[in-house]
Amino acid sequence: MPLTRARRSGELVKENAPLLSVRDLSVAFSQGDQRTTAVDRISFDIARGETVALVGESGSGKSVTALSVLKLLQYPAASHPTGQILFKGADLLAMDGRELRKVRGNDITMIFQEPMTSLNPLHSIEDQIGEILKLHGGMRDAQARERTLELLREVGIREPEKRLSAYPHQLSGGQRQRVMIAMALANRPQLLIADEPTTALDVTVQAQILKLLRELKVTHGMSMLFITHDLGIVRRIADRVCVMTRGKIVEEGPTTEIFGDPQHEYTRHLLAAEPKGTPPPANATAKTVMSGKDVRVWFPIKEGFFRKTVGHVRAVDGIDVTVKAGQTLGVVGESGSGKTTLGLALARMISSEGQIEFDGRPIDQLSFKEMRPLRRELQIVFQDPFGSLSPRMSVSEIIQEGLSIHAPELSAAERDARVVDVLGEVGLDPSTRHRYPHEFSGGQRQRIAIARAMVLKPRFVMLDEPTSALDMSVQAQVVDLLRDLQKKHDLAYLFISHDLKVVRALANEVVVMRNGEVVEHGTAEQIFDNPQTDYTKALIAAAFKIEAPADSDVSE
Amino acid sequence: MSEIQLKTEVERVRKQTARPWLSPLNVRRWQNFKANRRGYWSLWIFLLLFVLTLFAELIANDRPLLASYKGELLVPVMVDYPEEKFGGFYAVTDYRDPFIMEEIEANGWVLWPPIRYSYYTVNNEIPAAAPAKPSWLYTKEERCARYPLGVEDPGCTIGNWNWLGTDDSARDVLARVIYGFRISVLFGLVLTLASAVIGVSAGAVQGYFGGWTDLIMQRFIEIWSAIPVLYLILIISAVLPPGFFILLGIMLLFSWVAFVGVVRAEFLRARNFEYVNAARALGVSNRTIMSRHLLPNAMVATLTFLPFILNGSITTLTSLDFLGLGLPPGAPSLGELLKQGQRNLTAPWLGITGFVTLSIMLSLLIFIGEATRDAFDPRKTFR
Repeated sequence: MPLTRARRSGELVKENAPLLSVRDLSVAFSQGDQRTTAVDRISFDIARGETVALVGESGSGKSVTALSVLKLLQYPAASHPTGQILFKGADLLAMDGRELRKVRGNDITMIFQEPMTSLNPLHSIEDQIGEILKLHGGMRDAQARERTLELLREVGIREPEKRLSAYPHQLSGGQRQRVMIAMALANRPQLLIADEPTTALDVTVQAQILKLLRELKVTHGMSMLFITHDLGIVRRIADRVCVMTRGKIVEEGPTTEIFGDPQHEYTRHLLAAEPKGTPPPANATAKTVMSGKDVRVWFPIKEGFFRKTVGHVRAVDGIDVTVKAGQTLGVVGESGSGKTTLGLALARMISSEGQIEFDGRPIDQLSFKEMRPLRRELQIVFQDPFGSLSPRMSVSEIIQEGLSIHAPELSAAERDARVVDVLGEVGLDPSTRHRYPHEFSGGQRQRIAIARAMVLKPRFVMLDEPTSALDMSVQAQVVDLLRDLQKKHDLAYLFISHDLKVVRALANEVVVMRNGEVVEHGTAEQIFDNPQTDYTKALIAAAFKIEAPADSDVSE
Repeated sequence: MSEIQLKTEVERVRKQTARPWLSPLNVRRWQNFKANRRGYWSLWIFLLLFVLTLFAELIANDRPLLASYKGELLVPVMVDYPEEKFGGFYAVTDYRDPFIMEEIEANGWVLWPPIRYSYYTVNNEIPAAAPAKPSWLYTKEERCARYPLGVEDPGCTIGNWNWLGTDDSARDVLARVIYGFRISVLFGLVLTLASAVIGVSAGAVQGYFGGWTDLIMQRFIEIWSAIPVLYLILIISAVLPPGFFILLGIMLLFSWVAFVGVVRAEFLRARNFEYVNAARALGVSNRTIMSRHLLPNAMVATLTFLPFILNGSITTLTSLDFLGLGLPPGAPSLGELLKQGQRNLTAPWLGITGFVTLSIMLSLLIFIGEATRDAFDPRKTFR
């Protein structure tokens, strides 16, 4: 029980009452006359020194719950029809703005999902952390600077003195999230709310951040409310789990119990949702569809008044790849390793050097216009299903766009028939084709994006992290869909991902990339079962066991 | 399911669900527009005024709309009948002439528009020296004093009233306001639309291609927009006779620049959107990408700009007219009306009419513009 855990964390338990107690909380949003209930009468407690995880898929109301603890929702559009949020016995929902501000950033702090946007790009690190210290702690400049250094050291930023004057864009994603954590810890909070703090990060960095949070929690005796959709993380970090779906908590209990003996159907569904299945067997005799030899993409670094080229960023530096019909080549690596650039170079979306052959025909010298007829057979599915569909075109228009270029002989009715056909193939209701993308969920949007590629009956498809923006159970469905389509149409996939679980379910050959170069290359079995390099081992450990690797192996 | 069954199934679904004619996005926008009551009513009032003035010839004219003469149905408003037809000897009939009027009345009937003056018609029967006060400020005797038969004269009817008085050439102010409103709005609309077309295309090309294209065009625009337009108009009006289309042309040369900035910025921002990349990957041509994927983004900014540019164009035309550099003398123009008001301070109806007309027209357009801006606000449409 919480009591024992609190003792172990070194904090004296003054009273038996939980630190935070959410009672019967509802959140409703009203837009015009419509009123939707996002959170429906949920209750949970967080004891001192305890980590509670709220788990659920997107739209389950977990983030809304977290935001309402500090009343950070858009009021008055949002409202709380029922409920109390008791923090040390005081109802946060009943507090006025002035009292709340004393709690925010002081007793309760928050870290957000997107380290890109939650730091102000115009303020240096010192200013951002210093602001909180001055605001709540009443510190002077010198004092605040001292404490800022201390905090940065604590969250594992190397050489913090040099980083003080850095701006957010000069830091990597992991470093930015560390700065966010430092800001959250600045005033020694009693409760830290972490809203998907690692979702936007690489697996290796994710493991490091989780390790850091775990250590910090113990040394400071904090409680933590951890919001995530990733059950692997929950297992590593949480003492107790609340499973949320459609605004309700359907199951609650200690982590070991939830994972060992899930009671509710939805929990079981979540646990079973990891991408499964095996890729088609490797077939060395299959026809080569796409091959690249010594592919290089160097971006020039220009300096001075005359923009003289002083050096190059070697995004892709001499890579050989072969993709065969009916086979999947997985390209893995951390962000910034050049995997997407490689894919774009092969698809001739950016200029590159080196030989690229499609279907036995060299295409590296073709102009954009000469490439156009080939685009039908060479398709791309992008990462972000929210960005890759034009918000102003209906689904039918989006899917038809390629047809009108590559099959202009079709009549409008024939085109429409093809759209209906392909929507059925990707598992969407064809009668929804005149709707607009914003009416669809992330998974459905990705299906639309896949349909847009498939309607042209391509032979080679570059999949650029097609699952990374999706919920776990949706990921599994999309992976299944991709595998079915591959089997049916004998497609060659170039599958780019940082998520090794998905790669294992799809790829039969894997290239591991780092800093634009191939670190390791082999069949899926070789790479996953018997990795040779430390880098690959670190990636695999981080992805499957969420273990932080030694510092030297991966980026910070 | 067999192939044929699948085909029929596909066909069935296809026919069941046809495309709605207005996209949900535009439905939402129209609702947002309607929610702004002031803008919504302004739109209707403006449209009413605009449509009415478009048919100005049927409202204020010195020719009858219809006439029946010796059993023949005449449409004087459309057709020029020589005066010989009615026993006169001029090439064009002056229907306001009491002799012609009597002749037609005796052999048929006449249907006049509500106001029996066009913008150029001189009222020869004004009760006092021009500019004459509005007719309703005179007694019936005063009003009819100059007609041959006095109070008994058939010409001294309500159709010959000068509701807003006359200007210093004894022309009816209301008729001139109606025609002036039309020419101002039309000038503004044509100028705005033409400069939008040029400006949006230029901005689109700059933003989409970037690089050297952008750099060169941007420098050109900087130089171009530094040319003092008023001087240029002064010089040109000394050489060419100023007219509607010459003024339009000169102002168009410079007004398109206003659109370039926004559209260019919007294209620069949007050209790297993932759906634009997706379209490139499909092999869509540059021109189609620009018009189908990028232009709608830029049109939001442009559309919110339009009413304000429209207002600006109207104001510019009015001020040129006021300075005497605008439309040719005699043309119905609100600027000229204002100038007359300034010259004849003893005739306040001139200045007041000009001021009220302009302020109503400009306010209506601004209200519509505000409502449009609200309607296209992405924070309100994508929610």
